[in-house]
Amino acid sequence: MIPSQFEYHRPADMAGALAVLAEHGDDARVLAGGHSLIPMMKLRMADVPHLIDLQDIEALKGIKIAGGQITIGAMTTQHELIADTALHAAAPIIREASLQIADPQVRYMGTIGGNVANGDPGNDMPGLMQCLDAQFTLEGAEGKRTVPARDFYEAAYMTERDDEEILTQISFAVQQGGYAYEKQKRKIGDYATAACAVSITKENGTVTAASVAMTNLSDTPVFSEAANAVLVGTSCDTADIKAAVAAALEDIDPTEDNRGPVAFKKHVAGIIIKRAIERAASRA
Amino acid sequence: MKDEVTRDERVANLKGLGCSRKRVEDARFTQGKGNYIDDISLPGMLHGDFVRSPYAHARIKSINIDAAMALDGVTAVLTAKDLEPLSLHWMPTLAGDKQMVLADGKVLFQGQEVAFVVARDRYIAADAVELVEVEYEELPVVVDPFKALESDVVLREDLEGQTEGAHGPRKHHNHIFTWEVGEEEATNAVIDDADVVAEETMYYHRTHPCPLEPCGSVASMDKVNGKLTLYGTFQAPHVVRTVASLLSGIEEHNIRVVSPDIGGGFGNKVGVYPGYICSIVASIVTGVPVKWVEDRMENLMSTAFARDYWMTGKISATKEGKITGLHCHVTADHGAFDACADPTKYPAGFMNICTGSYDIPTAYLAVDGVYTNKAPGGVSYRCSFRVTEAVYFIERMIEVLAIELDMDPAELRRINFIKKEQFPYQSALGWEYDSGDYHTAWDKALKAVDYAGLRAEQAERVAAFKRGETRTLMGIGLSFFTEIVGAGPVKNCDILGMGMFDSCEIRIHPTGSAIARLGTISQGQGHATTFAQILASEIGIPADSITIEEGDTDTAPYGLGTYGSRSTPVAGAATAMAGRKIRAKAQMIAAYLLEVHDDDVEFDVDRFVVKGAPERFKTMGEIAYAAYNQAIPGIEPGLEAVSYYDPPNMTYPFGAYVCVMDIDVDTGVTDIRRFYALDDCGTRINPMVIEGQIHGGLTEALAVAMGQEIAYDDMGNVKTATLMDFFLPTAWEVPNYETDHTVTPSPHHPIGAKGVGESPHVGGVPCFSNAVQDAFRPFGLRHTNMPHDHWRIWQAANSLGLHD
Amino acid sequence: MTKQIIKMTVNGEVQEVIAEPRELLIYVLREKLGMTGPHVGCETSHCGACTVDIDGKSVKSCTMFAAQAQGAEITTIEGLGSPDALHVLQESFKEHHGLQCGYCTPGMITRAHRLLEENPDPTEEDVRIGMAGNICRCTGYQNIVKSILSAAAEMNASKEAAQ
Repeated sequence: MIPSQFEYHRPADMAGALAVLAEHGDDARVLAGGHSLIPMMKLRMADVPHLIDLQDIEALKGIKIAGGQITIGAMTTQHELIADTALHAAAPIIREASLQIADPQVRYMGTIGGNVANGDPGNDMPGLMQCLDAQFTLEGAEGKRTVPARDFYEAAYMTERDDEEILTQISFAVQQGGYAYEKQKRKIGDYATAACAVSITKENGTVTAASVAMTNLSDTPVFSEAANAVLVGTSCDTADIKAAVAAALEDIDPTEDNRGPVAFKKHVAGIIIKRAIERAASRA
Repeated sequence: MKDEVTRDERVANLKGLGCSRKRVEDARFTQGKGNYIDDISLPGMLHGDFVRSPYAHARIKSINIDAAMALDGVTAVLTAKDLEPLSLHWMPTLAGDKQMVLADGKVLFQGQEVAFVVARDRYIAADAVELVEVEYEELPVVVDPFKALESDVVLREDLEGQTEGAHGPRKHHNHIFTWEVGEEEATNAVIDDADVVAEETMYYHRTHPCPLEPCGSVASMDKVNGKLTLYGTFQAPHVVRTVASLLSGIEEHNIRVVSPDIGGGFGNKVGVYPGYICSIVASIVTGVPVKWVEDRMENLMSTAFARDYWMTGKISATKEGKITGLHCHVTADHGAFDACADPTKYPAGFMNICTGSYDIPTAYLAVDGVYTNKAPGGVSYRCSFRVTEAVYFIERMIEVLAIELDMDPAELRRINFIKKEQFPYQSALGWEYDSGDYHTAWDKALKAVDYAGLRAEQAERVAAFKRGETRTLMGIGLSFFTEIVGAGPVKNCDILGMGMFDSCEIRIHPTGSAIARLGTISQGQGHATTFAQILASEIGIPADSITIEEGDTDTAPYGLGTYGSRSTPVAGAATAMAGRKIRAKAQMIAAYLLEVHDDDVEFDVDRFVVKGAPERFKTMGEIAYAAYNQAIPGIEPGLEAVSYYDPPNMTYPFGAYVCVMDIDVDTGVTDIRRFYALDDCGTRINPMVIEGQIHGGLTEALAVAMGQEIAYDDMGNVKTATLMDFFLPTAWEVPNYETDHTVTPSPHHPIGAKGVGESPHVGGVPCFSNAVQDAFRPFGLRHTNMPHDHWRIWQAANSLGLHD
Repeated sequence: MTKQIIKMTVNGEVQEVIAEPRELLIYVLREKLGMTGPHVGCETSHCGACTVDIDGKSVKSCTMFAAQAQGAEITTIEGLGSPDALHVLQESFKEHHGLQCGYCTPGMITRAHRLLEENPDPTEEDVRIGMAGNICRCTGYQNIVKSILSAAAEMNASKEAAQ
């Protein structure tokens, strides 16, 4: 498995990176951790004449928590997300989900930016970011813009990001309430058969806010407005959860693959969503 | 000083039989100093890479190599046309068939080798592969062996009109052979008259040994001296030399085959692959060394698969559960070419061990081999030839019979075991089991796991499930297996005509250390450690003073290699026998030195002593020295021996396994709560190594039973060609195993050893599978096919109405 | 394509190699620098046989271009111990039969080294999840886990003794 030839660029700053992108357009791709892109290049399923390695761009690194807002640079690795104690205090679901991604070596390299930007429906972070109502900052020659995670994904590998833009940071509010990331996979290193991120806030035993988002159950992550609507205002008892699961299942469209046929995936999705809601509610 | 050392200390000092000697191989491996095939780099070496077929069945209209040849750094592009003048475009398989080295007119499976590109480095070679233009005309694809037998589509046009195959008549153009063992009419009669008959059809899915190191070779043709050196991932280097000589016409003495360190084999490295042949041809053509190392996708798509047996059984019994007859039919999917690695006379390997550990008076087996548009192979993945299939079959049939009889499967096994006093036991399908004590092993295993307690707990769980208090079921998997290993007696076992003996050659050095060379080759089993232990006990020289060498055909004696757990039964026996020759000569030398008659000295640990006068002795060190520096009347100088051992029979290791598994009915997720493995491999050479083999074999069994498969779609595309989809468990998915043992030595093996490397795989697969099936037995499940991945378990539960 | 000079520190020695951008780190280490300890197993970042330590991280070097390692500090199995003074992990794998064919072993030990640097006193579960990026086909992991836990205990004991 040997990739085709390409030119390697390693800009020191965003301006440099954007300049290469502007020059080569479609022929250029940015490289973050590389653990999605490099295997595709080795299999010659991705043709990348110009590779732009972002590792030297300091502006893309780091986790900041201020004013109730969490901002994570796109080049922050999953390992760093797991290790950051302040982040864990502010949004513990990040560590819970990150630990379920791939394996330790991949998490040292894999970045949050790469995970959300590449549009692979199997990636865990997009659904999680939809659950958290994260905002993605995109930077291009025209300047910066912000796109909500919930509006970012169009289809498998198709996103709101223009070819000449770079996703630079992700921000979301400090989390309150209960959370859970449930994932069923065949083995370490696998994508989810079904996964679900849930965040639930309760006041006096009543759900005041709920957010249910799912991974690998459609060609994009699925944020279920309907499931959220079912849960808000309830005590989140068995019947409420059942109704929320039913609503969430209406929103998914899984396809058959080696993990199993559609009927199985839908059934497992129901179980995983249920468990995620139950666990999140128990922590709320 | 001599007086201060006790006899026990002298025994311990040898690090001989029965001690957990630390492995001598590990120093280099832990420091990254192993020497595997891809570590070999020779001056001027070129790299080879294959153009492979994207189609499972297609005619090749044209191959244009111009663009590839025009690329700077490309030396050659070989196609079948280039190999044809050398008669190397096809090669014989170990199973009496032939196989294309490079596609000759058509391709028959996805990933088939079409052209071989030779270039300066692996990068240029990969680029050139992309530049070879092949025009294909797609043909209808046949992936189902049953449909293949009814299809008008002729897969093997080269065999058209040939009604006689290597193993008798062919019934259809996609049929390879029918192999029958036992009494069909008598078996049918017994089954027709029986009180109880259980029938089941089961599919043992296609999988792959997938050692961590893929296959590869480096060929170096020295045109000046006319010598070919071939390094490669060979489990049978001597046979490779013979095959290479027969194919190439180069005399065998001019070929040196070397197996360097091998990164796991498990059967994958027994066969001869097109890459080996192409690297040789390319080196002959270019005059420089050529390396070929496959990548993981190539490994999974094209080198030998394992299993792919559709097995239909009927088992009959009395009302009390005494088995009276067994009927087994197999439809064996061999893919595009019959490239099974079995002894010549056994086209379905030792599938006729399928009566298992049970005293079954009447039995019949028939196997039909079939061609399909899948990769060739059919190797024994961590088992003796087709024994995993046989043991899986009988251990499932026993469970199904237990359901039919409404009996406990442990008890059903117990009342049908071959009894200790029946050994040597003649099986209905033609084997003579050398030894066994099944009841003792079974009772020990059931007691160790508190079988009755487990059944009680399971019953409670079922009740709780029915009350809606839990969604997790509990399965108790049982298996009792008998392996048949150590192929084998030359009178009925050969590979391409080479009798399946093995060998050991020993030289004792003047200062009392030694080197022994064997015809086998370790792929992780630790031969350098354990064979030295056998020898230490035989000749009284410490294992630490004995070097073991294997794998270089210029220095090692001819042997048939390492697979089918044959190293200890065959080469281990050769080692003991060669050691005994050394000892016989040493006895004469000792008697001369002690000035007594030969019969008046006896061997004692590390010395010969005068009978009745233990203070008068000569150590093996003293004897070795004397062998080189004294003129002893009637005795040649030196101390060397060689033994070629033709085993009188196979050995029959056995074991009793129990698995306890929790199953989430809603998701199909399983949790192996406990696994107990009792193995009886006869005399135990190194308990530490045995235990390691058992852990490893069980883990490969877990993989196969629970998810590992080579799956194809209807177009013959491989769906599981990377480790994303092909299941190799990590530390996270694997439980801790409890190991145990009994010892029933083989009566015909010089040290009573039977071989162990494959037992855990053979016994493990049905044990894991039976645990899954057992969990659903209370809800009416008879059988569900492996692999038991989440969705298939879910499907089984769903079909039983457990999701309503 | 433009070849470049890649400067990196490998096992404490500064090395300079000339490589095309597409050359993978594993092949540069193995074929240009002679570090044949790390191996190629799956090529899709699943098996971990190619694991090396880069700037304090365990990395699968089959899924990294050498160019990305410009300026990096790399440790391979060859840099962990010497024939005269094996690393505690190397001793422990020998002692507890933590290897068979040896092909996964360099990656396994290199990864275990980083795991213990980060978590000097792991539980069995920590070890199993922490080693989940490394596949072994021979051992069934039981003795690998034992080797790592034993090495951790030994390293902790010698740290205590030193204090």
